[in-house]
Amino acid sequence: MGRYVARRLLQMIPVFIGSTLLIFLMMYALPGDPVRALMGDQAFDPAVVESIRHDLGLDLPIWQQYLNYLGGLLQGDFGTTIGSQRPVADIIAEAFPVTIRLTLFAFVFLVIVGISLGVIAGLRPDSVRDRGLLTLTLVLISMPSFVLGYLMQYLFAFQLGVTTPTVQDSENFGDLLLPAIVLASLSLAYVARLTRTSMAENLRADYMRTAVAKGLPRSRIVGVHLMRNSMIPVVTFLGTDIGNLMTGAIVTEGIFNVQGVGDAIYEALFRREGATVVGIASLIVIVYLVASLLVDLLYAVLDPRIRYA
Amino acid sequence: MRGAKSAKWVAGAIVVALAATACGGGSGEDEPKDKGALAGYVSIDVGEPQKPLIPADTNETNGSYVIQSLFTQLLDFDAKGEIVYTNAESVTTEDSKTWTVKLKSGWKFHNGEDVTAQSYVDAWNWYANIKNNQQNSFWFADIAGYDDVHPEKGDPKADKMSGLKVVDDTTFTIDLKERVPYFNYKLGYTTFAPLPKVFYDDPKAFGQKPVGNGPYKFEKWTHKKLIQVQAWDDYKGPNKAANKGIQFKNYATLEAAYQDVVSGNLDIIRQVGPTDLPKYKQDLGDGAIEEPYAAIQSLVPAFYSKTFKDVDPKVIQGLSMAIDRDTITKTVLNNTRTPATSFTPPQVKGNQDLDTDVFTYDPKKAKALIEEGGGVPGNKVWIQYNTDGGHKEWVTAVCESIRNATGVDCVGDAKPDFATDLEARDNDEVKSMYRGGWVADYPVNVNFIKELYHTNAESNNGRFSNKEIDALMAEGDKAESLDEAVKAYQEVEKKLVDEMPAIPLWYYRINGGHGKGVDNVNVDFHGDLELTEVTTK
Repeated sequence: MGRYVARRLLQMIPVFIGSTLLIFLMMYALPGDPVRALMGDQAFDPAVVESIRHDLGLDLPIWQQYLNYLGGLLQGDFGTTIGSQRPVADIIAEAFPVTIRLTLFAFVFLVIVGISLGVIAGLRPDSVRDRGLLTLTLVLISMPSFVLGYLMQYLFAFQLGVTTPTVQDSENFGDLLLPAIVLASLSLAYVARLTRTSMAENLRADYMRTAVAKGLPRSRIVGVHLMRNSMIPVVTFLGTDIGNLMTGAIVTEGIFNVQGVGDAIYEALFRREGATVVGIASLIVIVYLVASLLVDLLYAVLDPRIRYA
Repeated sequence: MRGAKSAKWVAGAIVVALAATACGGGSGEDEPKDKGALAGYVSIDVGEPQKPLIPADTNETNGSYVIQSLFTQLLDFDAKGEIVYTNAESVTTEDSKTWTVKLKSGWKFHNGEDVTAQSYVDAWNWYANIKNNQQNSFWFADIAGYDDVHPEKGDPKADKMSGLKVVDDTTFTIDLKERVPYFNYKLGYTTFAPLPKVFYDDPKAFGQKPVGNGPYKFEKWTHKKLIQVQAWDDYKGPNKAANKGIQFKNYATLEAAYQDVVSGNLDIIRQVGPTDLPKYKQDLGDGAIEEPYAAIQSLVPAFYSKTFKDVDPKVIQGLSMAIDRDTITKTVLNNTRTPATSFTPPQVKGNQDLDTDVFTYDPKKAKALIEEGGGVPGNKVWIQYNTDGGHKEWVTAVCESIRNATGVDCVGDAKPDFATDLEARDNDEVKSMYRGGWVADYPVNVNFIKELYHTNAESNNGRFSNKEIDALMAEGDKAESLDEAVKAYQEVEKKLVDEMPAIPLWYYRINGGHGKGVDNVNVDFHGDLELTEVTTK
């Protein structure tokens, strides 16, 4: 078990280097020079552009730039931004806590509400409440997040006046409630449907009949025997969804004015801030890798037949 | 089962770790929050400045707003574009070549240091030095000795410009390389602000926490969220703050900022987003702001392209007449622009009635002119634009108008973002025309003519070149007085109608608004809101 985890962690190193290289090359391939773009529409002096490029090492060949970057990274230096000259580490340190908070909030909401809805519907397939859930989730799946976002903003902020329309303080969990719900709603529909289907299927399984025949209490049948076996596809989905929630929040972050990772990476991309994009994207790659490792480990918890050597 | 148990442990540990990091930031309940407005402060949607807050290193709007609140240069302009002296007592010249600046005495920086002639001269020398990579350094290029501190290539030969001389504490002189009759107008640009001595100790730290001589002093900068400045009681200028301070708040989208203005969480929005434009006047009532300012949008032909190489200007005149500016500004652009009738906006000195129909929609004449001029090669034009700036709609409408009026095919050439768009312009890769925009740096027609259409102008990306027009401009620069220079450039503008280096489309308007909490929100000549005048209720 420990060896398995160690091996997986070691595997992350080449993946990390590979992904930074790929993103680095992609940024390089994009047209548009970041220093030139800083100057904008108005008049400027090409000598200054050259001088800034030289100072930042942007006039070096691409492989040398990458080695410099990687060398800095090994010493914990993410580089500096081109425009504001601030360390990229600062920008990451500002954006990630906000996003992690939002993601965690959305995730908890997603797990609790999504799975409960799925269980309620899955225990009585084809009943009225099951059909009701399927309709509700269908609506959620087909509604783009900006529609839902503006709708919630209109309802809760302008009609009811319960919250402010945008997030005033990203450290306040009350403020983050609305964006977290919007962010979670799409995945919520998937989680509820996955749980429901998986439950409905397993209800007919042999071991369920055995459990009922043994005369086990219903709470134990559902809570242990049924749930544990039905959770595997749901956990797989949830694991990869953590990454999605973190990176896919650009639209939601925009509507509610949350200055998180989505916003930071969009802006960096827009301004061709290579170091910032590579830094954030690499961290997200790590989040994905860790999440998938967690999912694999959780399989063993849920199903004792699965073992890792 | 052993495997399952240790897996539980690992999973549990990671969950705990995640939860701990998430809570780490959230537990600071007692910290002062950015939430809500401070009494007497005015909040406005101004995003994160792109660069450190150094006057000569900022030319984008977000940074400029903050710089303008923190620094005061020698002079400023009123809404009509007339000079108002701020830190200067007077700026005078006999021959347009040597200028004498007298400062008002008793001015101080926010840290108590006196603002002297030396503060200006040292700052300008620092700004101009190529080693310091200041974006606006070329603004000092008129001054004698600039080439020593800012050579085209290599290291500077000197660290001082020979043209700047301190006479006494409140007087200094500026020698220019050549006559520039409108040089005093250039001094109104924020780049010409003075710097205190602390700056030179650590410019980098200063850029994060600037000390200026302006109406507000710096309070704090929470990156990507808020910059806060406080009214400075000892300020001596005419534009002393009527409020207690300003909060520049960063918003991810115009829509989010707009929602906050409507709900009262934000006082002022500079520009209402396209989705809210149709209804903002109802929502904001008296708070809606709609004012024209000195900026222009044009279509600029690339004179190296297949379409426009050695083109007869009549063809471009024809294309200009094929654009139904009135309808497009009213419908597609929601009245955010005013149709252009010349190459300069009305707010600048020297704007004139050109007495021509080149800017009037006339499909028949348009077609005739294009035929007369020999037609458009390939019978097709492209308009290059960047898709991230909300230009797609009007480019499509302009193309539609050209196609319907003249039968010349017209398509948009979309570039994914501004950086890509600029690169294509710089490398002479524009297929036929590009979208050009220009906001006044100083309110004189020269700014809209020389900087755009002189053969050697940096922003002349259409590579328009006409010796006769260059000569006329040189003539204007030799003028004895500002009035003469303006007149000379008016002559140049008349010539431009015949040569058509660009197709002026429309002048900009600011469409913003403010909430009920503030009043007296006015717009200056280049479209910035006069924050010092804003009062809170």
